[in-house]
Amino acid sequence: MKSFASIKSTLLPLDRSNVDTDAIIPQQYLKSVKRTGFGVYLFDNWRYLDPGVLGQDPGERRIDPEFVLNRETYREAKILLARDNFGCGSSREHAVWSILDYGFEVVIASSFADIFCSNSYKNGLLPVTLDAAEVDCLFGEVMLDPSFACVVDLEAQVVLDAQGREFSFEIGEFHKYCLLNGYDEIDLTLQHADKIKSYEARARRSAPWLFT
Amino acid sequence: MGTNTLYDKVWASHVVHERDDGMVLLYIDRHLVHEVTSPQAFEGLRLTNRVPWRRDSILATADHNVPTTDRSAGIEDPISRLQVDTLDENCRHFALTQFPMLDVRQGIVHVIGPEQGVSLPGMTIVCGDSHTSTHGALGALAFGIGTSEVEHVLATQCLLMKKSQNMLVEVEGCLLPGVTSKDIILAIIGRLGTSGATGYTVEYAGSAIRSLSVEARMTMCNMSIEAGARAGMVAVDDTTLEYIANRPYAPQGALWDQAVANWRTLHSDEDARFDAVVRLDVGTLKPQVTWGTSPEMVVDVDEVVPEDGNPDYHHALQYMDLQPGTPIEAIRVDKVFIGSCTNSRIEDLRAAASLIRDRTVAENIKLAMVVPGSGLVKQQAEQEGLDRIFKAAGFEWREPGCSMCLGMNADQLEPGERCASTSNRNFEGRQGKGGRTHLVSPVMAVAAALHGHFVDVRKYMQ
Repeated sequence: MKSFASIKSTLLPLDRSNVDTDAIIPQQYLKSVKRTGFGVYLFDNWRYLDPGVLGQDPGERRIDPEFVLNRETYREAKILLARDNFGCGSSREHAVWSILDYGFEVVIASSFADIFCSNSYKNGLLPVTLDAAEVDCLFGEVMLDPSFACVVDLEAQVVLDAQGREFSFEIGEFHKYCLLNGYDEIDLTLQHADKIKSYEARARRSAPWLFT
Repeated sequence: MGTNTLYDKVWASHVVHERDDGMVLLYIDRHLVHEVTSPQAFEGLRLTNRVPWRRDSILATADHNVPTTDRSAGIEDPISRLQVDTLDENCRHFALTQFPMLDVRQGIVHVIGPEQGVSLPGMTIVCGDSHTSTHGALGALAFGIGTSEVEHVLATQCLLMKKSQNMLVEVEGCLLPGVTSKDIILAIIGRLGTSGATGYTVEYAGSAIRSLSVEARMTMCNMSIEAGARAGMVAVDDTTLEYIANRPYAPQGALWDQAVANWRTLHSDEDARFDAVVRLDVGTLKPQVTWGTSPEMVVDVDEVVPEDGNPDYHHALQYMDLQPGTPIEAIRVDKVFIGSCTNSRIEDLRAAASLIRDRTVAENIKLAMVVPGSGLVKQQAEQEGLDRIFKAAGFEWREPGCSMCLGMNADQLEPGERCASTSNRNFEGRQGKGGRTHLVSPVMAVAAALHGHFVDVRKYMQ
């Protein structure tokens, strides 16, 4: 997994709550058997006016110029800003893959859905939870000035703006450690293979019906 | 006299290792696999020369992409076909148990797990699908995972997790005729909100839950995720044990007795500590209908589309093409879908068929379809003659799969079409780009099909 340390970037404001993973990447693109190439389908139903299919050249499609992702102003943003309960619904990891593949490295929101969060950590996408008032403040700044930029510093667990304002955020020690180092969780777990084997041996004796 | 919840007990019995930072290596007993969220995980295994840790913990089936019309010639859409073929190939390569598309036991993964006795009380059960919470109805700890976690479980039989908090949802009262467990869970989501249970494992308890069948409990646990909870659970009781007995993969003989002795302990202690408690009386609950684009946007069938200044409400009304103040019963529908891991089991189909009584689908309905949850549900329904009742009324009777719940196969809404659906999500575009979904119970869906618009199904019950 790619490691994450800190980035400085402008923000793309997606002013919605409950952005579900169906909206992030619609069902027809889940037919891919690959992990890559989902960026062109990110927010597909909002971004394009016509329906698309997997493998279609996005250049052939009609874009919705009103949708924030299609505005030139935010083209370089690596931070996606949204409101409550971002990533709710389906467990599809394609949602995280499409956000990363598009070029975002951080999502800031006032809350996240559980499965989306854990999928993010496993792919090097940093979900940053700030208070609703802080998120409001960031929306205000970006709306006022699209060139408004922030530094997201994972080590210090802080979002910093140009005026020196700091918004600190929480993250589990383990996830921080994995993100900073780009660790693969499977490798970490397999270091405990002997413990898994002895757990299994005990469970086979105490609950044999679980092993049939 | 303990203070442990059902969740505490199942969690504690699966802890392999606890790290200093509070993360736990949790052992997974059962891994259900389908074609959409597994190909990248199997690819990961191959790239790292790993093999599945415990092959006998895995059951695979294709459900999301499969056609619900005649399958004998295979899958027409080459992209869907590749995904299903990839699952077949991965199951062959790693020698995994699979119910392929033409096997009578094939079906929606959350229907076939309990149906086969593959999902059992006290188990930890995962699947790369958020509706894995369904299996919690058996007193299991079951939750959806992403593809990286699918690979992690394949490779290690474990997941690295932090324990959730405990929420108790206590449901009392006796349901009125025509009101179902679907209505209870929609009402709960309406009350909690779509993220109200985020970070919690929910236990559903109380007299109303005790009197529900296991299948009706599954409908509730299934939609736990729509309130944000990764897992929902119901304590084991006689109803649970009767449901499991003699299922193909359930323990038999002496092993059954040993298992039952253990399963009898799978309930929260009398003094169990919950971090949050929600109480609900459903004695006067009415059938529920969602009007918006999130399952929390739900009202009683005899209410109107609500008014609210919230910008999300505005978006939702616009997308759904509805005006505040419109009576729910005045909303006409174009299509009716009875199916999905929420409501496609035999009891759902029986209840739906029982309402028909020689009536026919209204003229404005372009398509009314029944998609059984599994080949065995379909077979059972046909033995009972339910297929003939549906077909005579003008419903289409299809092959099992996820179908129009998410439209990964050909079963989709056209832009602007409005659907009464027994599924679990009314998100924008869920059933097809521009499609408008209203979530209801199976009997409410049939009533909408017969009238061409929503009606209060309780009228049929008097």
